[in-house]
Amino acid sequence: MIDVADAQKTFTMHLQGGIELPVVRGVTFHVDPGECVVLSGPSGAGKSSILKMIFGNYRCDSGRIGIRHRGALIDLATAEPRQVLNVRRSTIGYVSQFLRAVPRVPTIDVVAEPLIAGGMSRTDAQARAGSLLHRLNIPARLWQLPPATFSGGEQQRVNIARGFISDLPILILDEPTASLDAANRAVVVELIAEKKRQGVAMVAIVHDDEIRHLIADRIVDVTSFAAAA
Amino acid sequence: MGDQMADLDMLESDQPLLVAKSLSKSYGRIAACRDVSFALYPGEVLAIVGESGSGKSTLLQLLSGQLAASGGHVSYRMRDGVTRDLATLGEAERRFLFRTDWGFVHQDPAQGLRMAVSAGANVGERLMAVGWNHYGRIRDTASDWLTRVEIDVARIDDAPRTYSGGMRQRLQIARNLVTEPRLVFMDEPTGGLDVSVQARLLDLLRSLVAELHLAVIIVTHDLAVARLLSHRVMVMKGGRVIETGLTDQVLDDPREPYTQLLVSSILPP
Repeated sequence: MIDVADAQKTFTMHLQGGIELPVVRGVTFHVDPGECVVLSGPSGAGKSSILKMIFGNYRCDSGRIGIRHRGALIDLATAEPRQVLNVRRSTIGYVSQFLRAVPRVPTIDVVAEPLIAGGMSRTDAQARAGSLLHRLNIPARLWQLPPATFSGGEQQRVNIARGFISDLPILILDEPTASLDAANRAVVVELIAEKKRQGVAMVAIVHDDEIRHLIADRIVDVTSFAAAA
Repeated sequence: MGDQMADLDMLESDQPLLVAKSLSKSYGRIAACRDVSFALYPGEVLAIVGESGSGKSTLLQLLSGQLAASGGHVSYRMRDGVTRDLATLGEAERRFLFRTDWGFVHQDPAQGLRMAVSAGANVGERLMAVGWNHYGRIRDTASDWLTRVEIDVARIDDAPRTYSGGMRQRLQIARNLVTEPRLVFMDEPTGGLDVSVQARLLDLLRSLVAELHLAVIIVTHDLAVARLLSHRVMVMKGGRVIETGLTDQVLDDPREPYTQLLVSSILPP
């Protein structure tokens, strides 16, 4: 589903006198359907950058980000913006650590939005959003409020619900359990297991060793991709 | 079934709605806009960002045919599927396009509204311009649109000069969208508004754009507005497009020195 080959990324900081900041080079790994690959390595090794390159959020200087999209292989490193958007609409979902929501939208709609955008009726989408929020222990009395006023952990759970609600074949998980308590971490582990059974390919960053053991089918150590000279 | 629909959707979107080729405008020896080329597809929101004097407003005027280009051209795929060069349209054709298939949201609502006539008439006028003549239907549609932009229908007979700034801007949007245009130009639509009023307007614009599958070209100096509303962004400086791409890509991974400066100048919330 994901086939990254020899991808390279360097930041050029023009405001700091054009200093070059190599991030990663020679990034090569693949992810099969139904498998969760966890990226490991110390902070600053480029794990998050690799996730962002796979999502098309960071550009690659060279190499290939191969993604199976609607039955064909597409290289996100060279794709047009419209193609990247299409891939994000129907193939790759991203669960980030932080929720970036529009100020006034109620929680239930924040979560249901990806399904509505995919063509599902509002009622059905809200029903699915409700059951997912319920599983993640967000009480129904909060569903009509915008998540901006929620605690960090609640916001992250809303974000997880939004990320897990659709049936996309690829999910990118950027520390999905970072600020959750044990009960909610267990729910996320369960959700990931369900996605695996549905054949979803996942790439994740998780700092918690216990969670990593529970979800990882394979571990890719990114230290070998470190580009620092 | 779902897949088929999506594919049809893609086929339709595979034809650009508007294409700009090597567009330039100079005033004497001063080049306000140099060699701008891009294609805009149905349902796509393109933000043009840059400081004052970067040429972004000139570009908007060129694209909407309000200003004659010194070089290059703009073509538009009309509702009948035929692509026309805007420069070859007659004045009447161009005005008809503006009243039907295009919208233009000005920063100052007073420029896009008739301030002394009722809100209902402001919205209804565009319908009459495309041949609607049944008073009851026009009024019903106008009330519908006031509701959609969150204006109390009880205010339908009041003139916009009695409205607040935020209400005026929402009324201008209703007036533009009532004829179901496919392309809307916006010039700093949240520019003169308080922050809280801005957030509400942005939220409204975002949902209307998605619901109506509108193509939008929006000029803004506010990168937060670009991030919230647009799919793609073009960064302008000195009349040139210096960087372009997916909005989150350009804002999170800016390449050009000027774009890095713009992005790093945003105050953290």
